[in-house]
Amino acid sequence: MKSLEELLAEHPFFRGMKEEHIRLFAGCASNVRFDAGAFLFREGEPADRFFLLRHGRVALEVQIPGRGSAVIQTLGEGDVVGWSWVVPPYRWTFDGRAVELVRAWSFDAVCIRTKAEQDPSLGYELLKRLLPVVVERLQATRLQLLDVYGEGKLGVRSPA
Amino acid sequence: MYAVPPDPYLPEPAVVVRRRRETPDVWTLELRTASEDFSFQPGQFNMLYAFGVGEVPISLSGSPDRRGVAVHTVRAVGAVTTALAQLRPGTVVGVRGPFGTSWPLAEAEGRDLLVVAGGIGLAPLRPVLYHALTRRERYGRVAVLYGARTPQDLLYRAELGRWRSRLDVQVEVTVDRADHEWRGNVGVVTTLLPRASVDPGETVAFVCGPEVMMRYAVAGLERLGVPRESIYVSVERNMKCALGLCGHCQWGPYFVCRQGPVFRYGDVEGLLRVREL
Amino acid sequence: MNTSEAVLPASALGQLFASLHRRGYTVVGPTVRDGAIVYEPIRSAEELPVGVTDEQSPGGYRLRSREDGAYFGYAVGPHSWKKFLYPPEQRLWRAERADHGFELQPEPLPTERYAFLGVRACELVALAVHDKVFLQGPVQDSSYRARRAGAFVVAVQCGQAGGTCFCVSMGTGPRCEAGYDLALTEILDGEHRFYVEVGSPEGAEVLGELPGRPAVEEDRRAADGAVARAAQQMGRRLEAEGVRELLLRNLEHPRWDEVAARCLSCGNCTLVCPTCFCSTVEDSTDLRGNLAERRRRWDSCFTLDFSYLHGGAVRNTTRSRYRQWLVHKLATWWDQFGTSGCVGCGRCITWCPVGIDLTEEVAAIRSADRREKQEEWDEVP
Repeated sequence: MKSLEELLAEHPFFRGMKEEHIRLFAGCASNVRFDAGAFLFREGEPADRFFLLRHGRVALEVQIPGRGSAVIQTLGEGDVVGWSWVVPPYRWTFDGRAVELVRAWSFDAVCIRTKAEQDPSLGYELLKRLLPVVVERLQATRLQLLDVYGEGKLGVRSPA
Repeated sequence: MYAVPPDPYLPEPAVVVRRRRETPDVWTLELRTASEDFSFQPGQFNMLYAFGVGEVPISLSGSPDRRGVAVHTVRAVGAVTTALAQLRPGTVVGVRGPFGTSWPLAEAEGRDLLVVAGGIGLAPLRPVLYHALTRRERYGRVAVLYGARTPQDLLYRAELGRWRSRLDVQVEVTVDRADHEWRGNVGVVTTLLPRASVDPGETVAFVCGPEVMMRYAVAGLERLGVPRESIYVSVERNMKCALGLCGHCQWGPYFVCRQGPVFRYGDVEGLLRVREL
Repeated sequence: MNTSEAVLPASALGQLFASLHRRGYTVVGPTVRDGAIVYEPIRSAEELPVGVTDEQSPGGYRLRSREDGAYFGYAVGPHSWKKFLYPPEQRLWRAERADHGFELQPEPLPTERYAFLGVRACELVALAVHDKVFLQGPVQDSSYRARRAGAFVVAVQCGQAGGTCFCVSMGTGPRCEAGYDLALTEILDGEHRFYVEVGSPEGAEVLGELPGRPAVEEDRRAADGAVARAAQQMGRRLEAEGVRELLLRNLEHPRWDEVAARCLSCGNCTLVCPTCFCSTVEDSTDLRGNLAERRRRWDSCFTLDFSYLHGGAVRNTTRSRYRQWLVHKLATWWDQFGTSGCVGCGRCITWCPVGIDLTEEVAAIRSADRREKQEEWDEVP
């Protein structure tokens, strides 16, 4: 049976991280599970943790009056969920709902933030790994905005 | 019938046998061709002529094992495609073809096959899946990643379901935006790439969709480790003659109707980066 | 008489028409119309632009008279021979609605046989370029083949350079080397005569029917001198060495923006260019919708529609369209056909309303060559 530290070390997110840092993360981590339909977090709630999905999918949603809930993006196995815990005011900006059974590691935000303040190198290792995730999500979101499958707004419409 | 010499400008008659609506603006037509020997390679296209209206290039999207049949999925965006999409069974259309290069299925034998489709780009890729799934043992892992605008725009839903229920194919579908009834993935198709269960170094990838989507999908494939010699794209350009003579489909040095529409990414990487080529 | 060369008095040029008419040819040649020298069917030597010359410059064309009564004392005009071999508009087929769908009626092959009189060296190269495009690819154009096979070519060796041509630097002239049935060099010193060279058995036959006399050394010297004069007078050159690679590695050069600010995207250059071959296809019906036809028509890559793709044009800016034309003409033509698309005739320079000169554009890109952005394209497999 592998320890939590060994399991974390195998995960791509923690690749190349020093043992002592992984130990610090492990110290703030716990195993969690959500049944299909359950919310991992809701918009506006304190962002007191983030997740690393080990199994199952999570839909990032927003509630729109008159429209109900709209899914922004679906995250799956291996994905990092949540970065609002890094940025004040530390509040979730979307709902996170388990689409199916979800198993994940949950990392206590206060725990990690405190340790990062004490050990800036830990903070740097974290941000080095978190920023690429944000970049990729942003790029995917921008592509989503382009509405590439739409009529196509390439330029001047001409009769043809 | 028509005792005329084979002239590549002359269409041959084909009868609409069946017509099915896929989405609010997309229909699939099944045609019985003039010749029972009509056959094509996955990736090729026909020029379809609606009497008196005009002619457009449409990919062949049926099974390449069926002879004498041409299946076309048509999106009604202009005068000709709208006319074609509304044809009833029994009507005759003109067909010229098949034209163009095809997906190199032989290259994928013995390796993993990854199909990445966006929007109506699934149409020229469906023949690949028909071909591969009836000869499943020739390929390693097979995965299909398909993205569409909304759940209403998904093509071939019944087939996707059938493929998904097979244990030897991975099918992942996503939409750019969804309603609250959609239980599937939301996000652009590139977000599905890390989830494909293929060995990137041993994968041949076929990509088709809007050019922007293909560029990002190819970038994602390269990041995964799929070699650019093993990535193929299908490019679209304005076509009038499909014979390499009218000049409309030129893309750099290539005539897309003749040296395409399927290209190896390694051969056209530079072209994809030039604006307004 | 030596059947490979002869000398023909200028006054006997009319008999060439007679000989060609007897053989069933429609003679097409230069004639003055609407202030320009165009190519049209002509019936006699008198219809040629006798004693006329042209003054050409970027965006400028003017006819002037000349004192010596020369029959061919000018360069090329807005027409090229592609007008006859590859007509601006051509029906491909007709169709009629029928119970079983529709009945197709293909067009019969053309039967008219043309004798082209006055084909310059650059134009012979242009004919060879179109032969490559229409006859030597995987798909051949049967009506082009029929017209081309039936054509008789009387070339004319240029005795003076035009104001905008640059065949010397393109290696396409001014000397006609091959590809003609007969070649005439007009000699104006002393007796007004033509030095005639034979290029084919049929050319020899036609020459045999004309009142020629054997050529002597003086005739050959005069003929060579005329052609040499044309070469020396040429004021313009296009640095053709490595131009393909030059353009392909400078696709984002700022010069394209500069020329785009001047270019009107009018397409004149493509109309007058002897090698441009782009076309479009038009389908139409009669009012009742029972009779349909498809026509092929000349098209130009400068039109916004040319690259239209559901939603808009791929080449949406003048910049991209001018670049497409020039890069195709001087670079990717090599990938496609193994030759340059440009024959140095200078028409595009003369007939551009704003006088854009492609030799100048190439020179500008060369002088600020972006070598650091090397992006070599592979040869087309």
